[in-house]
Amino acid sequence: MAEAQTIPVGSTTAGQIAVAAESTVATRMSAPPSFDVADFPVPHGREEEWRFTPLERLRGLHDGTAVATGEGLKVEIQAPEGVTVETVGRDDARLGKAGTPADRIAAQAYSAFEKAGVVTVPKETVLTEPIRIAVHGEGGTAYAHQVIELGAFAEAVVVIDHTGDAVLAANVDYLLGDGAKLTVVSVQDWDDKAVHVAQHNALVGRDASFKSVVVTFGGDLVRLHPRVSYAGTGGEAELLGLYFTDKGQHQEHRLLVDHNTPHCKSNVVYKGALQGDDAHAVWIGDVLIEAKAEGTDTYEMNRNLVLTDGARVDSVPNLEIETGEIVGAGHASATGRFDDEQLFYLMARGIPADEARRLVVRGFFAELVQQIGVDDIEQRLLVKIDEELEASV
Amino acid sequence: MATLEIRDLHVTVEVENGTKEILKGVDLTVKQGETHAIMGPNGSGKSTLAYSLAGHPKYTITGGTVTLDGEDVLEMSVDERARAGLFLAMQYPVEVPGVSVSNFLRTSATAIRGEAPKLRTWVKEVKEAMERLNIDPSFAERNVNEGFSGGEKKRHEILQLELLKPKVAVLDETDSGLDVDALRVVSEGVNRVRETGEVGTLLITHYTRILRYIKPDHVHVFSGGRIVESGGAELADKLEEEGYEAYTKGGVSA
Ligand SMILES: Nc1ncnc2c1ncn2[C@@H]1O[C@H](COP(=O)(O)OP(=O)(O)OP(=O)(O)O)[C@@H](O)[C@H]1O
Ligand SMILES: [Mg+2]
Repeated sequence: MAEAQTIPVGSTTAGQIAVAAESTVATRMSAPPSFDVADFPVPHGREEEWRFTPLERLRGLHDGTAVATGEGLKVEIQAPEGVTVETVGRDDARLGKAGTPADRIAAQAYSAFEKAGVVTVPKETVLTEPIRIAVHGEGGTAYAHQVIELGAFAEAVVVIDHTGDAVLAANVDYLLGDGAKLTVVSVQDWDDKAVHVAQHNALVGRDASFKSVVVTFGGDLVRLHPRVSYAGTGGEAELLGLYFTDKGQHQEHRLLVDHNTPHCKSNVVYKGALQGDDAHAVWIGDVLIEAKAEGTDTYEMNRNLVLTDGARVDSVPNLEIETGEIVGAGHASATGRFDDEQLFYLMARGIPADEARRLVVRGFFAELVQQIGVDDIEQRLLVKIDEELEASV
Repeated sequence: MATLEIRDLHVTVEVENGTKEILKGVDLTVKQGETHAIMGPNGSGKSTLAYSLAGHPKYTITGGTVTLDGEDVLEMSVDERARAGLFLAMQYPVEVPGVSVSNFLRTSATAIRGEAPKLRTWVKEVKEAMERLNIDPSFAERNVNEGFSGGEKKRHEILQLELLKPKVAVLDETDSGLDVDALRVVSEGVNRVRETGEVGTLLITHYTRILRYIKPDHVHVFSGGRIVESGGAELADKLEEEGYEAYTKGGVSA
């Protein structure tokens, strides 16, 4: 435990810091990562990785009964000049390189997709316009695989927008060459009935920086699993997330940062607001510092703001440290309430009720939104947050 | 001239085993420029009066009237009351996570003044007001009342009083929890506002200490949910010497 005491750590609600000889992040899962769905038992709900998820609302993605419809999901890619956009078969060597499916649905998606998308930004190409990927559901069920690859020293912003209604299981791979810089914004702005389960795998090259922004507003059930590992020293990963969980919605974000390489950094900040009966947000933040990853610097934080009764948050930061030779490691998790006393206080200063609520929620998200660094996305988010609030009144 | 008139005010709260009447007929008139001190023992209903005037939803008005310049205050929502010119400095100011002091002050001033204050003059106005109250500039970026000490919370309330310039200010135990230096700073803030002659002040307190800094025109003794005696500043001296015993033991009028 001696190492643990030198580690600056923030406040903790449900989390733990384990100084372990061996990782339990892996052993907590019901099976080791695999590309083959047959390697995973069908979950029954009590497994560590499924215990927060309402399986009956997965529409069969977890037990093999969800059959792809062939249509009902459209993907449109707009890419600036210099970017290659391809549709490839299952045997393409670039698929599955960034990471391996970690649970049954990710493996199901990998086992079932027919064609994959590959977007390539050649080395040293610096894009000034974002690559935009519009995923629009028209009631279909689909398994998908998308690869986004940046060559050495390439720089790009990718915006992936999910709208409409679909049942979708997907894996998205991000491959960053040495010194590359990639920002990916994934917006889940689904209609009310959509079910979306996806694993995001980022493999961060030497001295490369990866920024993931996950924004979840819509859907009946959204379960995302962003994972990061490093292919060389000096890599940086910033994982930002924002969710607004409404009445009846289940929004689950499970993260893993695997510090498998020395001298890499990670910073995770997820913030969520919840309102309405049975709004359920789950946040699992696993950070693993492997024995060989000396010089690691990592911090993860999750904050939740509960706006009404009847909403529920499960927040579990989990930091595992196998070496004491690190720069810093910390985590924090907190869930606060916007309550009647706060509302009274603001109103007693002349601020109308709806504006008071907006002030609190905007304030809560503001700092995070400013860190996104993609102007039109920031603006859109602020508008969207206001819309969500108006829908609630 | 702005006048707050409270007539025969009766207020109840819901408690575990039913409804409890706390205010039992309060009569009081506060005019612009006047300072009234309300003094009374713990649990006599002072804060209940303050909250009821501000419109806190926990308190039910069961009888009586409150008017500000003839307008029915009890008909107004909490925010309307504030915009009409009523201000309550709370005994226990509330923490509001996620909202910075500067954002809060500006939003509030915009609501009360009916238009956003000009940014240039506003920044200066806030900075100077904070300086006068010995509030460190870094507080502007902190979340409202979050992690503030008791004294810091009270100074923050008076900062709002200075910026919002109400017609009638109700100060609920603004003196409690302050050391002598802080008490002086806060009192000076209240006096600056009083000296404009444009505010009526209702100073609720348990102790006479603050009355050395803020001289009241009228002193009222509050006990058992109503005003049981009124007088000038000399009444405070009597309370200082004799305490509230005469009033709580059913002496004067209970
Ligand atoms: N929200 C409430 N729920 C239940 N009881 C309440 C509530 N507010 C006040 N009371 C009760 O009403 C009585 C008066 O309380 P109040 O806070 O108005 O007194 P006070 O004069 O301000 O006391 P203090 O000097 O301690 O601040 C007390 O018995 C108190 O317990
Ligand atoms: Mg009180």
